[in-house]
Amino acid sequence: MSTRDWLLDDSPATLTQANLGRAWRMFSALMRNPLAVAGLLIILLLLATALFAPWIAPESPVGQNLQRRLLPPSAEHWMGTDELGRDIFSRVVYGSRITLMIVALVAVISAPLGLIIGAVAGYFGGWVDRILMGLTDVFLSLPKLILALAFVAALGPGIENAIIAIAITAWPAYARIARAETLTFRNAEYIQAVRLVGGSHGRIIFRHVLPLCTSSMIVRVTLDMAGIILTAAGLGFLGLGAQPPLPEWGAMISRGRTFILDQWWVATMPGFAIILVSLGFCFLGDGLRDVLDPKQGGEK
Amino acid sequence: MATDASMAVRAGRGARGIGGFVVVTALTFLGLLAITFFIGRVVPIDPVLSVVGDRATQEQYDAARIAMGLDRPLLVQFFDYVWSVMQGDLGRSISTNRPVADDLLRVFPATLEMATLGIFIGVVLGVPAGVWAATRRGEWVDQLMRVFALLGYSVPAFWLGLVGLAVFYAGLGWVAGPGRLDIFYEGLVPARTNVMLIDAALAGDWDVFRNALSHLLLPASILGFFSLAFIARMTRSFMLDQLGQEFITTARVKGVPEWRVIWVHGFKPIRVPLITVIGLSYAALLEGSVMIETVFSWPGIGNYLTTALLNADMNAVLGSTLVIGSVFILINKVSDVLYRVLDPRSR
Repeated sequence: MSTRDWLLDDSPATLTQANLGRAWRMFSALMRNPLAVAGLLIILLLLATALFAPWIAPESPVGQNLQRRLLPPSAEHWMGTDELGRDIFSRVVYGSRITLMIVALVAVISAPLGLIIGAVAGYFGGWVDRILMGLTDVFLSLPKLILALAFVAALGPGIENAIIAIAITAWPAYARIARAETLTFRNAEYIQAVRLVGGSHGRIIFRHVLPLCTSSMIVRVTLDMAGIILTAAGLGFLGLGAQPPLPEWGAMISRGRTFILDQWWVATMPGFAIILVSLGFCFLGDGLRDVLDPKQGGEK
Repeated sequence: MATDASMAVRAGRGARGIGGFVVVTALTFLGLLAITFFIGRVVPIDPVLSVVGDRATQEQYDAARIAMGLDRPLLVQFFDYVWSVMQGDLGRSISTNRPVADDLLRVFPATLEMATLGIFIGVVLGVPAGVWAATRRGEWVDQLMRVFALLGYSVPAFWLGLVGLAVFYAGLGWVAGPGRLDIFYEGLVPARTNVMLIDAALAGDWDVFRNALSHLLLPASILGFFSLAFIARMTRSFMLDQLGQEFITTARVKGVPEWRVIWVHGFKPIRVPLITVIGLSYAALLEGSVMIETVFSWPGIGNYLTTALLNADMNAVLGSTLVIGSVFILINKVSDVLYRVLDPRSR
């Protein structure tokens, strides 16, 4: 019996086999979607670039050399040099670490927050639900970028505060999804069964409700990543996110703004990195939605 | 009898719908105010210190604190804040030294002008593009539209603005550069509405009009691109839903010409959801204009907001947030209500 047959066995012998089989089926469905594969490759590229930045980048991201400032792209400097003579390609490579850190932290803060708020609201219902969802709706009906700007203004510029501000604006969508999912199985028989054997509310929510929300949550978070990257870059562009000399892509575009008419590469090159990574998350999110959440994929 | 009763029930439901709408909208506004109030509170800049200065004695500091009403309970301060906002008092800007409300009234028309031309471009190009993609499903037009739509989600607006300036202004010279007018056209027409195109047209000065349009075209097109991507994608998906219905097949079988099947039978039912989509993208444009205005030095509310942010001018920041947020909420709710009024199924 080959590994593949073992994975696709119709009557798995153990829980592990069933789980692995399920994961394998999803993975192969995802691999049949060319756009999703492209997205996955782009994100793997981002991960590899961030991980191996010191070996990929030919130069230091902060080392200045005023003798070769604003050189156009060439074989030596693939993306040219900026106004302090730094190699833009090296800065873009190191910038992938910052972008990855921002999206990872925003996801780690806002997804669990939204999940718990939504699950609690949906599970308990009544006044808890009304208050929590009222709060969620207020946040949802406000423009995200403006809200993030206002929060950063209050907290002060800097990459940590930018991450907090973006996370504050990102959770409501997840709360809505978690609540909707929770409502569908709140009164299911297996939940009643857990209650009968004496499971506490906390146990039911964390062990039996939340795990079922994860697949739609993964889809939504992946689709939101592009927006998060754009907001973070926007904050960086306005000087409210990552501060110099950090090689954050949005902040790099902002530096190049002054030279856009004569030295176009300074502002243009980091933009391509932003577009590539955002597109990668969009492609992967679209593909994941088709695999994990077929009912929402009505657009195809 | 039965119909009367059901009519009454329906009318009652309608009234409750409108009443509920007012309550929900009011609560949302209150929530927005609570957020701006909260942000004003957590600000690390001590408002008292910025008034009395570093060298003030403790007595002066306490006196100023009491005079500014900061010693009262938070809830009292909040309702005080709500009350003054309702009277149109948003405080004074420390950078322009004028009331924030006056500043906002002055800059808002510029944003409105850009966003309106942007949504116009988005609708005029996006709706036909979406319908076209739906009728050519899976062909190259459709694929192109898909890539275009995804680019709309992945391209930073400020980057596209800069590249647009480099290409169309510096490179090709097709449009004018940043700002609303060339410097020598400045102040030639009286500012009646603060919408440059209308002011110039009212004054009958067509040179100014042409110059203003040339300045407006690039930023509005870039804004339009983002709404185009969204509108085209939604139109395509609505249209595909319709084209799969049986009445479309019936119309085709009866020999109705294809253009009529698409634009009359297919398009009519999707007008209502499209209104909601257009409303949503208009609201999104107001948000997107923050970045575009900064890039194009466009003297609108977005530029005002970012300037205030860099000067730590909190009254101006919160005032702009409040105005943009309110317009956003209002457009969202109105398109919601329009949908309910126009679509008989949702009644």
